[in-house]
Amino acid sequence: MRIPLLFDYQVHLLDEAQPRTVNKVALQALLAAGTHLRPPVRGTVYATLLNDQDSVAALGDATQQPPYQAPPKAPILYIKPGNTFRGHGSAVSVPDTVPALLIGASLGLVIGQTACRVTAQTADQYIAGYTIVADLCVPHDQFFRPAVRANARDGFCVMGPAVVARALVADPDGLEMAIRVDGTPVFHESTARCVRNVAQLLCDVSEFMTLNPGDVLTLGVPHAVPLAHPGQAIEIDMAGLPTLAFGLVGESGPRRAS
Amino acid sequence: MKRARVAYAGAIHSAVPHPRGLQLADGRVCAENEVVWLPPIEPQTVFALGLNYAAHAKELKFGDQAEPLVFLKGPNSVLGHRGVTRRPDGVRMMHYECELAVVMGRTAHHVERAQAMNHVAGYMIANDYAVRDYLENYYRPNLRAKNRDAATVLGPWFVDAADVPDPGHLALRTYVNGELRQEGTTADMITDIATLIEYLSAFMTLSPGDVILTGTPEGVSNVVCGDTVVCEIEGLGRLQNTIVSDAAFGLPPTQEPNHAH
Repeated sequence: MRIPLLFDYQVHLLDEAQPRTVNKVALQALLAAGTHLRPPVRGTVYATLLNDQDSVAALGDATQQPPYQAPPKAPILYIKPGNTFRGHGSAVSVPDTVPALLIGASLGLVIGQTACRVTAQTADQYIAGYTIVADLCVPHDQFFRPAVRANARDGFCVMGPAVVARALVADPDGLEMAIRVDGTPVFHESTARCVRNVAQLLCDVSEFMTLNPGDVLTLGVPHAVPLAHPGQAIEIDMAGLPTLAFGLVGESGPRRAS
Repeated sequence: MKRARVAYAGAIHSAVPHPRGLQLADGRVCAENEVVWLPPIEPQTVFALGLNYAAHAKELKFGDQAEPLVFLKGPNSVLGHRGVTRRPDGVRMMHYECELAVVMGRTAHHVERAQAMNHVAGYMIANDYAVRDYLENYYRPNLRAKNRDAATVLGPWFVDAADVPDPGHLALRTYVNGELRQEGTTADMITDIATLIEYLSAFMTLSPGDVILTGTPEGVSNVVCGDTVVCEIEGLGRLQNTIVSDAAFGLPPTQEPNHAH
């Protein structure tokens, strides 16, 4: 669980009690064999809202109107609780009342050392590595109240396949990300479009709350991520990180894409 | 039964009330101020309710709600009895919130109201501080206002559900430096405990160790450095906390007041 300094890749196999560290060859063998995994970490997951220039721009004048009154100032976070955690290869159940989910692909910063009031200049030293977070939610268009019912359903935070050591991710602020649904590319974006980059986000968040080893802070979901339906297979690519794959199934069994 | 988790003489212990303070599981008896009180449990997911008492909602000028206002809190926020909580220099309004904390004992998924209380393991007192200066209108109450380090005080005891026959009729009181500032009863909750469990478990699975902070009645007020805040709930005990300044945390003094936004 505690990963102060990670050199390679941390994964958590389904039949093991603790995560383990593997090298690139072993990781590739696991993934090539179609191995399903647990989430690679089990700390608290703090997700970041509206850390994307296009999402803020899309709100436009609404940020000056009720109920918002002003644009966001400090980072706006929400917690993805333990019941939402799933790993690589999972099948996520979609409630029967919900036709489709938003596939919120995000870079996850995995904390390696207790981070309290860190500066942007030293922030990267507190990061053990990175993982892909599929931050799923029921589409909702109001951000005034915490949308726990939309964000915190069972299985709505798929993470992995691995934590990739910080040293292996050269430029977390310039990562190309892509989402494929049933093998078809449907979305493409770069982490360069963030309002706060990795270091600034960790600095500004740790100003008001302490992050602990194994916690995950997401860089945030880009604007206009795609919807996916029960029965569909999702893959999220980020340059230099292993692809995260999972599926959606209907609550009362698989449903055909609508 | 009431149980505490305390640090004493280099180890962490379970303890029960004793006429001279508390008794550790190994038989030693300690005064209340000889131990470091930890949160009675290490919570899993922590839910908190906003505006769950009609008079408090009116106090904050909010109208009727369509559904319970629920938000989540992280483990960084949790603190035990007799601890200290930092008040950032220059803020205008930091206030206590005395709340009944419900601890889940059984997994709950699609639980109906009539069965909900069978899933409760016990209760604690919570004092869930807010710094109103930091409120923003995105996922409000936002974490900067409500999830600050050591600003969710829990304890002193975990009290078994069997010893709290009627959690729906408990008096809550908050004293600041001995002065009664907040008074209410859990009978005035807008959404009661059983209905909250039904509501939450309808869309997500609740697990043993999850905690629901059920909201606070009217009577919140600003506290300042040096204040001793005691939250009291009938049958659960008295939960004490002290407000300290930035200086105690090695922070330089702030000149400019931090304006509300």
